[in-house]
Amino acid sequence: MLVKVAINGEKHEADVEPRLLLVHLIRETLRLTGTHIGCDTTHCGACTVLLDGRPIKSCTMFAVQAHGREITTVEGLEQDGKLHPLQESFMSEHGLQCGYCTPGMLMTSVAFLKKNPKPTEDEIRWAISGNLCRCTGYVNIVKAIQHAAATMQGGA
Amino acid sequence: MAPRTTPEVGGMGHSIKRKEDPRFIRGKGTYVDDVVLPGMLYLDIVRSPFAHAKIKKIDTAKATAIPGVLAVITGKDLEKYNLHWMPTLMSDTQMVLPVEKVMYQAQEVAAVLATSRYAAADGAAAVEVEYEPLPVVVDPKKALEPGAPVLRTDKKDKKDNHIWHWEWGNKAETERAFAEADVTVKEDIYIPRIHVASIETCGCVAHFDKVNDKLTVWMTTQAPHAIRTVFALVAGHVGLAEHKIRIISPDIGGGFGGKVPVYPGYVIAVAASVLTGKPVKWIEDRMENLQADSFARDYHITAELAAKKDGTLTALRIKTLADHGYTDAAANPSKFPAGLFHVCTGSYDLKAAHVEVDGAYTNKPPGGIAYRCSFRVTEAVHTIERMVDIMAHQLGTDPAEFRMKNFVKPEQFPYKSALGWEYDSGNYAGALQKAMERIGYAELRREQAEKRKRGQLMGIGISSFTEIVGAGPSKHFDILGLKMFDSCEIRIHPTGKAIARFGTKSQGQGHETTYAQILAEELGIPAKDIQVEEGDTDTAPYGLGTYASRSTPVAGAAAAIASRKVLDKARKIAAYLLEAAPEDLVYEPGKFSVKGAPNRVKTIQDIAFAAYTNHPQGMEAGLEAVSYYDPPNLTYPFGSYICVVDIDTGTGDVKVRRFVAIDDCGNIINPMIVEGQIHGGLTMGLAPALLEEISYDEYGNVQGGSFIDYLLPTAVETPKWETGNTVTPSPHHPLGAKGVGESATVGAPAAIANAVVDALWHLGVRHIDIPITPPKIWKLLRAKGITD
Repeated sequence: MLVKVAINGEKHEADVEPRLLLVHLIRETLRLTGTHIGCDTTHCGACTVLLDGRPIKSCTMFAVQAHGREITTVEGLEQDGKLHPLQESFMSEHGLQCGYCTPGMLMTSVAFLKKNPKPTEDEIRWAISGNLCRCTGYVNIVKAIQHAAATMQGGA
Repeated sequence: MAPRTTPEVGGMGHSIKRKEDPRFIRGKGTYVDDVVLPGMLYLDIVRSPFAHAKIKKIDTAKATAIPGVLAVITGKDLEKYNLHWMPTLMSDTQMVLPVEKVMYQAQEVAAVLATSRYAAADGAAAVEVEYEPLPVVVDPKKALEPGAPVLRTDKKDKKDNHIWHWEWGNKAETERAFAEADVTVKEDIYIPRIHVASIETCGCVAHFDKVNDKLTVWMTTQAPHAIRTVFALVAGHVGLAEHKIRIISPDIGGGFGGKVPVYPGYVIAVAASVLTGKPVKWIEDRMENLQADSFARDYHITAELAAKKDGTLTALRIKTLADHGYTDAAANPSKFPAGLFHVCTGSYDLKAAHVEVDGAYTNKPPGGIAYRCSFRVTEAVHTIERMVDIMAHQLGTDPAEFRMKNFVKPEQFPYKSALGWEYDSGNYAGALQKAMERIGYAELRREQAEKRKRGQLMGIGISSFTEIVGAGPSKHFDILGLKMFDSCEIRIHPTGKAIARFGTKSQGQGHETTYAQILAEELGIPAKDIQVEEGDTDTAPYGLGTYASRSTPVAGAAAAIASRKVLDKARKIAAYLLEAAPEDLVYEPGKFSVKGAPNRVKTIQDIAFAAYTNHPQGMEAGLEAVSYYDPPNLTYPFGSYICVVDIDTGTGDVKVRRFVAIDDCGNIINPMIVEGQIHGGLTMGLAPALLEEISYDEYGNVQGGSFIDYLLPTAVETPKWETGNTVTPSPHHPLGAKGVGESATVGAPAAIANAVVDALWHLGVRHIDIPITPPKIWKLLRAKGITD
């Protein structure tokens, strides 16, 4: 089946099996390997991307379901050589270690801060509860999101 | 201690930002599944639905008829090359693919090779296997009963399921101490089977280049060099020589011990690549990862502790049954079948101790890896910390006061434990005191007493653990005969920049940053000018890898020693340039100056340039060094954790209200990274304490084989950790540092369990096995008539 998607603002089309998972379209057909796979049951969130601005787990969606829609992956966060404030804050607050959950965590956070620009700590923790991290204990991820929220509020 | 170098140089003590992060936050890391080679084939594995069964027939016809499926590999195919079995790290044997029978649910039965991931999966689903189920042995206690079905029928002389008996300590002295004791306590403690569940699963891309006879394997491994040697030893007879094997461990998405072993999937992928001459990718899915990869823990412990009336602890006695699954594939140093479990006297000055461990075979997956812990140390710490707490409660003494009384005192270091370890340094009372002040211990006890009057359940738990990391001195420590040294090789370029390569492999710990900081500290070359590489056996010096918190204690020490070798030569070159005697030069990081003439200076950059452009006649050009560091002793990080829990009497839910962790890992290289390691370690301590367990039903069906029922903590269950530290340098480590990555995982579960029991002690509760789940507490509260 022919599937047409826009990924990070760039139009792509591919002839795929109807059962091809969106994450495999992204990673294998289009070779954007920043989106990762960590489970088979939609629990870990390593594969989180934005579909028309909403975070979804791309391991539980067929590529053809994304036909005609816009996808943003971690590779699309940096604009004109400028990192997204969340990318900056994950670095400055030590919000990552092995880096494997990081792209999914970033995508969830990007969508969350758009919806809730001034979150409480509790709201942040619930917002990222669909993304598992085994390295950081979440403390610094929460701090990174708070830091980015403050930066973005500050008129960035 | 203030850092010795400027922030620009970024030596020890600076929280410099990580060199790894710019690629990770852009999604530009390279993990194994990101590696794609032209013509690459995919491997998928057929797994057994039975825990114990004869394989009567494998029919591959339907699978091979699927477009894209090239072959189905079975044990019989590997048997032709004598590759159907492989040795384990503990010199037992493990099936790569079975010929006669399967020994656990989810065991590899056959492998399908195909042109795409999806075709391989289709093929795996279409392979038809006929099984004849056999009696299943799940309980290790029953496994050792007379008449139990003998599982390892492949071992000709094996008449039971007993693997080994191991004991340590002075039995007679311990018995005497128990006979003379005023008070003794005894408890059965089960530390359940758990899984590291790194977010990246395991996998590899194997590429055998038939023209050059060279095998390259990109592999999720924490120990690439040892793996290369193992491959050469196991497959030497089919022509794989060590110089023709290259293991590349790229970015690794978490390891925690789970990426130390060699799993059958790796070996099948290598065999498939050697046979076809094409690159072969094998990536396990999460269910395969949880159900078939190495487990951790699974220790059935009976512990006894003896004390005098006045509360002085005297002796510890432990008997343990270790469930190893169908083979002993533990990742321990060879001489230690129960790892370092005999550090179980912990932080306490005991006069006598004796430990016995027996290993048993069952129909479960093999393993015995660490789960972010140094060789069975969590088992040891959990036991002693639970027992000390039980004894304190039994004597009616405050658990903090009781610990203070029985700690090894600062002036006793170096301290020889009753079980023969020489603890390098410590100040246990200092750490506990700091934790008590930070959390407001006395006030919490008052609050608890108040709440108890109102029927509310609140508990305060302490864990004052001692870790043992940095294996290890080569006189005691080896894996398959390979001594547990580690290495660093430094090359300084003419323009004063450097590259350093190591025998370890980071899985998120930030080695590229911390190792650069060690070199910056020693050489004065800015950390940003130092490139750190690991994980490629063709380029890095040989080392035993990263696990058991050994990178800083061993490879970090190698970095310091190699740097000092570089400085020895640099001093001679500086002397030549300054026309002074080498012994007349004064060194401070980054520059040599002439004693008494501080303006006569040569920087490390000047010296590096001269090493290639103007070196003294009679001296070799270049500026480089290598160190293979063999530590004289292990390092003993420690800490005191205090946890406050509130128990919901309606649901049995345990809420961790506060958790203060005071850690001491000696001198600190990067405070930001150390704190991050502790946050992560604490969360992997909370996990088995409250959530995680892999259990089996009577048929050997795995419970907890996916993230649906194997519960990793999310940000919601994880409390806001409160961390702090004390600094007691290691006297024998060149930088005074100790390991840190695992301390918190080792120390945290006991603090949580102790807090829960503390909340319930007045109801007659002495012990609860982890994980302490709401149903467990709810049932207990019902039995006590607290809830209905």
